[in-house]
Amino acid sequence: MKNNVEVKNISFSYGKTEILKDLSLDIREGEFMVLLGPSGCGKTTLLNCIAGLLDLTDGQIWIEDDNVTWKEPKDRHIGMVFQSYALYPSMTVEKNLSFGLRMMNTPKNIINEKIDKAANLLQINELLKRRPSQLSGGQRQRVAIGRALVRDAKVFLFDEPLSNLDAKLRAELRYEIKKLHRDLSNTMIYVTHDQIEAMTLADRISVMKDGLIQQLDTPKQIYNKPANLFVAGFIGSPSMNFLKASYDKPNKKIIVGKKQIDISKYENINSLINDQEVVFGIRPENINIEKNENSIQCKVELVEPMGADTLVWTSVEYNPISIRLEGSSNFNLNDEINISFDINKSSIFDSKSEERI
Amino acid sequence: MSAIPSGPRPKHLTIGRIGMYCFILTCALFFLMPLYVMIITSLKDMDEIRAANILNLPKELSFYSWPKAWSQACTGFVCEGLKPGFFNSIKITVPSVIVSVGLSAINGYALAFWRFKGAYFFFGLCMFGAFIPYQVMVYPLLKIEDALGIYSTLPGIILVHTIFGMPILTLIFRNFYTSLPIDLFKAARIDGGNFIKIFLYVIIPMSAPITIVAVILQVTGIWNDFLLGLVFAGRDNQPMTVQLNNIVQVDYGVAEYNVDMSATILTSLVPLFVYFISGRWFVRGIAAGAIKG
Repeated sequence: MKNNVEVKNISFSYGKTEILKDLSLDIREGEFMVLLGPSGCGKTTLLNCIAGLLDLTDGQIWIEDDNVTWKEPKDRHIGMVFQSYALYPSMTVEKNLSFGLRMMNTPKNIINEKIDKAANLLQINELLKRRPSQLSGGQRQRVAIGRALVRDAKVFLFDEPLSNLDAKLRAELRYEIKKLHRDLSNTMIYVTHDQIEAMTLADRISVMKDGLIQQLDTPKQIYNKPANLFVAGFIGSPSMNFLKASYDKPNKKIIVGKKQIDISKYENINSLINDQEVVFGIRPENINIEKNENSIQCKVELVEPMGADTLVWTSVEYNPISIRLEGSSNFNLNDEINISFDINKSSIFDSKSEERI
Repeated sequence: MSAIPSGPRPKHLTIGRIGMYCFILTCALFFLMPLYVMIITSLKDMDEIRAANILNLPKELSFYSWPKAWSQACTGFVCEGLKPGFFNSIKITVPSVIVSVGLSAINGYALAFWRFKGAYFFFGLCMFGAFIPYQVMVYPLLKIEDALGIYSTLPGIILVHTIFGMPILTLIFRNFYTSLPIDLFKAARIDGGNFIKIFLYVIIPMSAPITIVAVILQVTGIWNDFLLGLVFAGRDNQPMTVQLNNIVQVDYGVAEYNVDMSATILTSLVPLFVYFISGRWFVRGIAAGAIKG
């Protein structure tokens, strides 16, 4: 597949603070790329650099085989949707939608045609004569998306577009953005700190921290095979359980305090060396309550019923462990339970480099 | 007794509150006193004024001082009243306000959004400029205008008012614009606006409150100015304040206090009017970011 947006070795600094460091990223034609990370990781900065709203310190940006590094935002064929909606308060919805086209001196009949199309797609026909102050948050964000749509952009940039909306609307618009991508199949770059949005929308996610891409892969891979400790802890809610351990090579076991866990089924077990200090990571849904030769006995310390699932908290050698069980399961405080881990779904990290083994 | 609050909030007139009203009333009377004296003096004739009962209401209303102040009072050897000064003041104020507010809006917009190289230095210069007493610059400016050949002309005085107004107005506009969401500006840039278009179509429509504040500041400032008008306007363009001074300060003949009072009230009518019609906007503009930031 052809690359649509290429970010080549870019750096960006505010004064002496380096925000992006020699970052490269290729985004394929028609791909939905999500930039995910905690606040301050540089994801919005990266998006602004692609949009041309910030000047790079170093590197290049290409959009459709065109070096746009020093081009004005308007000449990059992009559409952008902001968290704050950024609708022009003095203009009606219609004027907001047509502003970009009017700036480019597009003929009136073409403008009307495009507005009609976008308004139909987003179901905002009835709002065209209103002003932004007369719209609800969800309607405003629809209009903002519409404003990007009418420009026939090659790339759509979304800067946390759903973060200002309440949970219900967020889920609704998330669904619609996904549908929009399915119908238009434009390249989209989407910045968020919400992992649910990232998981549901993305073709590929790039998880960022401190201006560096930690992992770039499909949501499935990122969830199941996180590249390092940061990604493992950041993705997933409730988050992955971690146990500090050391590897006992002769017995193919890891030792956690006084407990031992057999990891002979782990995929990359041969890369581990004897006495290596590791962090064993396991997701709450990959822990089973069953008694076998490998199970560990512990006590129920807290139960969080969440409707569809129930989260049971316990601890192994003073490390808190959460277990995700069916909503119908019934446990009480201080129940004795035996837990065992799905080793082939676990992740083992080197405790120094924090990389996955 | 039941401790369940219900019904309308009980009204309390406490001693503290009464004291506050008394204080406010006293303050209001204190500040209204000079205005009261001015108005009643302007409505007395000279005999009554000489009787020296300054706070008494006029026994007989006499309005002759008002038309006299407007069109007959003597300033030096010319006896045309304040009328020419009024029109001179308008000729000075209107262009000065338009030019200084317009340029400052563009400056503030550039400083707030475009962050060009040296923007902070320029911003610092503005701060500096806003706090220098302008008396310091009168003489150098006079020499410059003389060299340019516009000293003692209408464009000369307009230029001076524009120059002195711009630092503080630029700061006010810049602070207002930095309080606007930067995303709006980003969206406009992606939508294809350039420096001028974004200013015209996106920024100006949002600038009403702050523009009103700037206009009020400039109108009152320029209208009330005496020193710059005296120095730079030249004999033919003397603003109302300078003429008022000439009427009030008589070196020979009788000091007509009633005419002086009428002339003073007439001169201050424009700023008073501006405050009355725009007070609401003024507060709104200040709240919208003129002070913040």
